[in-house]
Amino acid sequence: MQLNKQAKKIRDNNQLGEKLALAAAALLGTTAHAQSNDAEWNFSTSALGYSESDRVSAAELIFTADKAYGDAALLNLKVVLDSLTGASANGAIEQNSIQTFTRPSGKGRYAIDPNTTPLDDTFKDTRVQINASWSDNFRPDLRYTIGGNISKEYDYQSLSVNGEIAREFNQKNSTLSLGVSFASDQVSPEGDIPLAFSSMVVDQGQFANEGAYWDAFNATRIENSDSITTSELLVGWTQIVNRRMLMQFNYGYANTNGYLSDPFKVLSVVDSTGTTQDLVYENRPDSRAQHSLFALTKYHLDKSIFDISYRFITDDWDINSHTIDTHWRFLGDNNSYWEPHFRLYQQGAAEFYQPFLSQAEAVPGLASADYRLGDMTAFTVGLKYGFQLDGGDRAEIRLEYYKQTPNEANQPDGIAGLENLELYPEVDALILQFNYYF
Amino acid sequence: MSKRHRIKLILVTNLLLVLSGCSSWGVAPWDRDLLAKPEMALNSSPLDQSIDDHIYFSKEASSGGRSFAGGGCGCN
Repeated sequence: MQLNKQAKKIRDNNQLGEKLALAAAALLGTTAHAQSNDAEWNFSTSALGYSESDRVSAAELIFTADKAYGDAALLNLKVVLDSLTGASANGAIEQNSIQTFTRPSGKGRYAIDPNTTPLDDTFKDTRVQINASWSDNFRPDLRYTIGGNISKEYDYQSLSVNGEIAREFNQKNSTLSLGVSFASDQVSPEGDIPLAFSSMVVDQGQFANEGAYWDAFNATRIENSDSITTSELLVGWTQIVNRRMLMQFNYGYANTNGYLSDPFKVLSVVDSTGTTQDLVYENRPDSRAQHSLFALTKYHLDKSIFDISYRFITDDWDINSHTIDTHWRFLGDNNSYWEPHFRLYQQGAAEFYQPFLSQAEAVPGLASADYRLGDMTAFTVGLKYGFQLDGGDRAEIRLEYYKQTPNEANQPDGIAGLENLELYPEVDALILQFNYYF
Repeated sequence: MSKRHRIKLILVTNLLLVLSGCSSWGVAPWDRDLLAKPEMALNSSPLDQSIDDHIYFSKEASSGGRSFAGGGCGCN
């Protein structure tokens, strides 16, 4: 009882140090636990398999741990491991004849059959990511969160810090939040960073010896690594509408600077018959500013929960996108539920997106044939089932199908010889995920 | 009306709607039985959200909005 009083006093004082002391007391097994919500660690884990037809396959494992200290403070830790293998479009267009490309490392080549989208099948990467965040109340209506994130993969690393402050108004029916995030990334691609618009050097027997090939290859490389910095602002408003309904509105601004090209992507340079004459490395702007608007509403019906969100994003690459995302959770017996999911995404092309370059035209200052920068529509349909196990642990299984379709009508005019080629292939993926909470 | 002006107009209209509605919206603390359920949290499935953000970040040109946009990965 004495300790209970002490615990309450500590909460009122809102002193971080004292809260940690209280947490330590809880860890030592004292009775602070029951009164102060110094709960046990809560764990959750997720295993994901992602597979695109004929392209990339990925597996991801997520492990999170969180623990409450007192009534308000929360520590959250997260570790993500993912592994990627398979093939990724290299940006070149398909042809009626066999095409040969040099691998990003410069070591070796790969051949692509006629009437086949050129995919580089050497992608293999493993990534580790660690996140930590701490949130607590400054005072009962004012909450802060601070967090850090580190991600490391073979050719990329990212460090970021973020902070958010949220103020509740109107008897806790409205919340205004302000968040900032800074990230510093380093990209060190296999085979180094290629010179923009330099031609891919392909060894087809034209070199006197291997040294001559490497001299030519290295002449297309500028440096072995480069950096990217991202600064973001996120302003949010959350509103409880009535007993069943709440809404959220966000405005976000993200400013990214640095090496924003993809070092592995090329463009085909074609002649008037549509035959590829050259392959050149892409070049994107070295900065990007993006504005986003996001609105979400969530509604509790008698035996189900429905949510729908709309997101609009515009940036100075001239990409505008619209996203509608909706879930409908049907509540069953014993804490089980079924949840269908539907998402629709549409984006316009970046102003420098070009599926290929024409030999007849001057080389532009910026160009990329990355299909992800093109005009496209994508949808996701999914179904999730959640249930509770006998011991109280919970589990969820989710299956999703994602399909991306380029909008050909909005693409640049083609060249006669390309009419029978598939320049804008679709991408589809299956996602299977299992979550476990304990 | 230019696109930029249209966006601004939509923004301002939405903001006014939200602000004017807020004073009469809301519930008393004892009416929060449904809102207090974990599945009514704004981000009630953080694992799914994290995975979706990662997938869409690597397949589409826009990211963020709901949370920060930066992906922290090469994601080729």
